[in-house]
Amino acid sequence: MEQALGVHRLHFAFTITFHYIFPQLTMGLALLLVYLKTKFLRTGDEHYNRSARFWARIFGINFAMGVVTGVPMEFQFGTNWAAFSRAAGGVIGQTLAMEGVFSFFLESSFLGIFLFGEKKLSRMGHWFSAFMVFLGSWLSGYLIVATDAWMQHPTSYTLGPRGEIQLSNFWGLLINKWALWQYAHTMLGAVQTGCFVMAGVGAFYLLTHRDEIYGRTFVKGGVLVGVVAAILQLSPTGDMQGRLITEHQPVTLAAMEGLFDTQNGAPLAILGQPDIQHRKLDNPLEIPSMLSFLTYRKWTANVRGLNSFPEDQWPDTIALLYYSYHVMVGLGTIFIAVMVVSAFLLWREKLYSSRWMLWILMLSVPLPYIANTAGWMTAELGRQPWLIYGLMRTAHGISPKVGAGNAWFTLIGFMGLYTVLAILWLFLVYREIELGPDPGANLDTETAVLIAAD
Amino acid sequence: MGIVWFWLIAIMLTVYVLLDGFDLGAGAIHLLVAKTDEERRQVLASIGPVWDGNEVWLIAAGGTLYFAFPALYASGFSGFYLPLMMVLWLLILRGTSIEFRNHVKSKVWDPLWDFVFCASSLLLAVFFGAALANVVRGVPLDASGYFFEPLWTNFQLGDDVGILDWYTILVGVLALAVLVMHGALWVRMKTDGPVSERAATLARRVWWAVLALTAIVTTVTFQVQPQIKENLTTWPLGLILPLLAVAGLAGVQFELIKHDERKAFFASCLYITGMLTSVVFGVFPMVLPARNPIYSLTVNSAKAADYGLEVGLTWWILGMILATGYFTFVYRSFAGKVVVEKDPHGHT
Repeated sequence: MEQALGVHRLHFAFTITFHYIFPQLTMGLALLLVYLKTKFLRTGDEHYNRSARFWARIFGINFAMGVVTGVPMEFQFGTNWAAFSRAAGGVIGQTLAMEGVFSFFLESSFLGIFLFGEKKLSRMGHWFSAFMVFLGSWLSGYLIVATDAWMQHPTSYTLGPRGEIQLSNFWGLLINKWALWQYAHTMLGAVQTGCFVMAGVGAFYLLTHRDEIYGRTFVKGGVLVGVVAAILQLSPTGDMQGRLITEHQPVTLAAMEGLFDTQNGAPLAILGQPDIQHRKLDNPLEIPSMLSFLTYRKWTANVRGLNSFPEDQWPDTIALLYYSYHVMVGLGTIFIAVMVVSAFLLWREKLYSSRWMLWILMLSVPLPYIANTAGWMTAELGRQPWLIYGLMRTAHGISPKVGAGNAWFTLIGFMGLYTVLAILWLFLVYREIELGPDPGANLDTETAVLIAAD
Repeated sequence: MGIVWFWLIAIMLTVYVLLDGFDLGAGAIHLLVAKTDEERRQVLASIGPVWDGNEVWLIAAGGTLYFAFPALYASGFSGFYLPLMMVLWLLILRGTSIEFRNHVKSKVWDPLWDFVFCASSLLLAVFFGAALANVVRGVPLDASGYFFEPLWTNFQLGDDVGILDWYTILVGVLALAVLVMHGALWVRMKTDGPVSERAATLARRVWWAVLALTAIVTTVTFQVQPQIKENLTTWPLGLILPLLAVAGLAGVQFELIKHDERKAFFASCLYITGMLTSVVFGVFPMVLPARNPIYSLTVNSAKAADYGLEVGLTWWILGMILATGYFTFVYRSFAGKVVVEKDPHGHT
């Protein structure tokens, strides 16, 4: 059973990590598409509309990937985590079902209209369809984060006669304080992915001296929205999440920070490797008293270390949790630097000619994907050993009759299938970038016609 | 409250079968009715803007099942572990083939995705039929409330059942025939030219298979699941559901002869609705019958607590009104025959 537990965890972790590559971009791009369509509506400048159409094609590929990899997530609650579903389905099923009923219907209906119906709609009508796609995708983000937030910080429930968890207050589930901050933080992460991708593609066009008018629009849009998102990512949203963890998951905080000894004026580790066996942080590079200040706004505040908690309460992969958290924070800091410098150069009207900065923007494209993944790993590994924090242990949540062998079989099946999907995705997205926002200008007409006919 | 949700979920699943059913049917007949690239684009264009929204009915019904009957979701999904994973893989292949086929024009790329689209749709139709048959036949639930079914055992309806046995395969074939007919009627209605003609011919031919298989499956199902006869005796009014199916099936042939494409498709919808609601009516109050009846999951033993079900009803009604609005809007926007355009800004 112990063995099956590990496979079921990896099964969910792998499929959700791969899945989230796509929504983080589409949620971010949905906002940027509204930005481009609004620009077109206001200025009537056709190049904004072509820009929107170009990003809509990339959106479409990513959205399709998100849909096909998203369905397995809902199924896995039942297939791999049956005991958890039986206990908690009455609560988290609410938000999951609402996601289908309120956001997926909205999103899929208007995406069809947005992608296929431009000729049939007025300008305003087409703008509206883009806005509804944005609304649907951001609503779905909220409902799924609210589901996770309840697992992180369960509220509004009572226990039934058979140990099942029953919902006692609908609004308590929906407006969980944990959900509000986690949502803001998650969506800003998605916006940053969208911004870095848009700016990165723009930088690619400027560096290669093609489609430069579009390149400038993409870089400008990405940087302007991105600089705001990067700053808000740190504060207040990241900060507030940290304080919620301090208050409700103190052992998680200690593990994230690699803090073993309880102390007044606890330092913040910038670098270092947690050594679980000897209960210390190897090669630490620390800022004295900083952790106390960040968590309690007091330089001398007392912060509890791992040693003050029984070991069976510790997250079970402390080193990975520590690295995920530090990768997320480190990258987030780099994003602020990149975006602020870019925005400054943009203001000084030097960005489009600063090749070094364009290079940095182009090469940064993979980084927000890593940061978003690391952020989710921090949240989910930090919740361990609990599946529902303080209420149900992860080990008690798996399907009792699905053994390790069957779980391995389907996990490897997913790995193979997703490898093929990943190659296809890269190929198709690269192809769209290569064709560019104005296919007619770069190709002979017949090929361009075929492409646009998609 | 449990009974209300039992029927609401049955309706959601029926809508899923009606809508995604024609997508799957169109996929299953893709290689048969469309020969050239332009013809295949016609078939794809007939479902392109709607298939994703149609699939959402499965996701929404799944989510609703999850919160209304958590114990059913847990037992059923983990018990059908292997076939469900394969359904997921097939859904992935189906979705990607529709979305990615038209991105590249090549003598290798297009036929490959056409084949994947056809094969995955076809297999999904069979899988869904077999899945439904598994529920009707009953699964090896035990005192723990869980089961794990192998893909097949000895193909008999004993205690040691598998996903595939003679009965579930038979229903799987019926499901394929029904969705082929349903999809052919959709393609008939949404396209013109040779594709539409071939689809009409196919629908007329497969109708006879549907008729024969419906008669056989109905007869044996009364033997396989005795609850159905019991329910019909208790509530004779339930007979109206199978009669709807019969009327629908007759209507399909009648309207095909009269060349009324729309009415033929809607008659097919009526047939499918009649069949599915008959099954649901037949197994009630069980939601997952067990081979050993004492372990069957029923509406009452599987439902969530009443507060959640009541509050859920409020948002569910609101959500369904909205969803109906979106769907009406989308289907009206793409009403009429599809046109495969070849102009620089056209979006087929």
